[in-house]
Amino acid sequence: MSILNPRPGRTSTSGLERAVDEALLSEAVIDDGDLGGRRANLRAAVGTLARKPGFVLALVFTIFVVLTAFVPSWFAGHDPYATSPSDRLLSPSLSHPFGTDEIGRDLWSRVVHGSALTIKATIIALAIAIVAGLTLGVVSGFFGGIVDALIMRAVDVLLAIPSLLFALAIVTALGFGTVPVAIAVGIGIIPGFARTTRAEVLRVKTLPYVEAARAGGASWLRVLVRHVLPNSWGPVAVLAVLDTGVAIIAIASLSFLGFGAAPPAAEWGTLISAGRNFLITAPWVPLLPGLFVAAVVLSLNHISKTFQELAR
Amino acid sequence: MTRYVLGRVAQAVGVLWAAYTVTFAVLYLLPSDPVALQLGAAGIETDKLSPSQLDAAMARYDLDRPVLEQYLTHLWNALHGDFGMSISKQVPVTDLLVDRIGATAALSLLAGTLSLIGGFALAYSASYLRWRPARLLLSRLPSVGASFPQFFVGLLLIQVFAFNLAWFPATGTDGFSSLVLPAVTISLLTSSVLAQVLMRSFDETLRQPYIVTARAKGLSRAAVQWKHAFRNAALPAMTILGVVVGLTVTSAIVTETVFSRNGIGKLAQEAVIAQDVPVVLAIVTFAAALFVVVNLVVDLLYPLLDPRIVHVQKVSR
Repeated sequence: MSILNPRPGRTSTSGLERAVDEALLSEAVIDDGDLGGRRANLRAAVGTLARKPGFVLALVFTIFVVLTAFVPSWFAGHDPYATSPSDRLLSPSLSHPFGTDEIGRDLWSRVVHGSALTIKATIIALAIAIVAGLTLGVVSGFFGGIVDALIMRAVDVLLAIPSLLFALAIVTALGFGTVPVAIAVGIGIIPGFARTTRAEVLRVKTLPYVEAARAGGASWLRVLVRHVLPNSWGPVAVLAVLDTGVAIIAIASLSFLGFGAAPPAAEWGTLISAGRNFLITAPWVPLLPGLFVAAVVLSLNHISKTFQELAR
Repeated sequence: MTRYVLGRVAQAVGVLWAAYTVTFAVLYLLPSDPVALQLGAAGIETDKLSPSQLDAAMARYDLDRPVLEQYLTHLWNALHGDFGMSISKQVPVTDLLVDRIGATAALSLLAGTLSLIGGFALAYSASYLRWRPARLLLSRLPSVGASFPQFFVGLLLIQVFAFNLAWFPATGTDGFSSLVLPAVTISLLTSSVLAQVLMRSFDETLRQPYIVTARAKGLSRAAVQWKHAFRNAALPAMTILGVVVGLTVTSAIVTETVFSRNGIGKLAQEAVIAQDVPVVLAIVTFAAALFVVVNLVVDLLYPLLDPRIVHVQKVSR
């Protein structure tokens, strides 16, 4: 009976807690630059995360989706463009997990191949937002004064225009397609990154070790690259995970509205939009791809929320 | 105080002007060939025109003048409520907007009411309940609600409540019953955002010493939460009113497209498909104006609702 006793589990949890406490303690005692202190902290963090089933599930699913974007052929049994008139609007089955569309194309394959377009658009959007936002935020926070005032007023203006509407303006100007949509969405989420980075840089800039580095003779550039940047990217990374979900919804919405890639190629949004007409006869045609998009965003939001809770 | 109000109004006007200018720059400077873009929207193919015909077409849409001159004319006219002619529909843009605004306003009002009720109910019950699993479930709900793309929510609601149960019409712009499903679609997102802010605010307020004092005086939990915590916690939620209004406007684009409602959002979608530049510019400006005005009103009202804000300012000056 003693084997079934829940005690061993509990001791290991409290052991874990002790490890976290020790890690936190060592982090506080050991200098921040000391690798030993950081690694213990990281190990404790990974240990905590590995014990959260929801987090592990969300992470596995996210990795799966990213894999489908780069090697879709591993996961799709059918050609996404192969039509088969006799198999039109089949309901989901073992050979067609998401059913088939109005001209007999396998929907699962189309979703998997659609992630190649949507995930790549997301990566472009995030790259634009992170590079521009990080640069603006660091310059703004580090130099302060009139530069800071100018950049922050520009950010205020961008924030005043709802980002999806600003994206519509950019798409009108650039034309339709996956890349214009990605650029439009990326520009729309720059302000958030700029603000978060600036706040972090402002916080780190006043810490004693930055002052010590300056007093030790380090140049501003060295202080910026070696001390300020490595210590201010944490909240930016959490925001990046959260904004990945936001970007996916925005990209899918824009392609749903008809501004994405030209047919027969199909992003997630285009697939769902095309399936709308069959909602009454074959509800799985728009709903299953929609559920897939929702699951991806939900996973990303859960990952970002877990990180936030861990940081607290 | 007058100085603060005037300064705040001037700032709002400045932001709005800058937003108009940025959007104008994106629409008129970014395209590789703005002339072809706009003439294309009017159904004119620039390649097939002779040089003299092209000049005539450009003159008709004022495209032959320098961009700066075009900008100043557009800005001056926009200040007088004239956003030019829709290129694809050949109707004044202002008439189009006035025509469509009713449907979107009704939708936004119902969606706003629903999201206030939903957001407050969720946040309040999450702080009132003591049973941990239920609290955890409720506190997770907003981030789940914000994860569902609106086109998916809309299609799901149509499938369940229009096709299966036949409670509401699937599409259309007539009557209150056609308003319910789109409003629920929008409010799922906005109430989630609202509930997230409220929950954080509640948690913070309930930890304040005056809550402990109120309980120690012998007030019941419900009385403390209602009279002492709720009103103080609801105040910070006002600051995100502008964001919620902005979200409602952008949600209207997708939602009105899903439910085929003739509102501003559908107009925006049609205008982008037709690359109708004046209509897109007018709608973006309108949304920015709405956001700026709501934020201005909130900023001006806040010190009246929470006198501490003004005291802090007086001390700091």
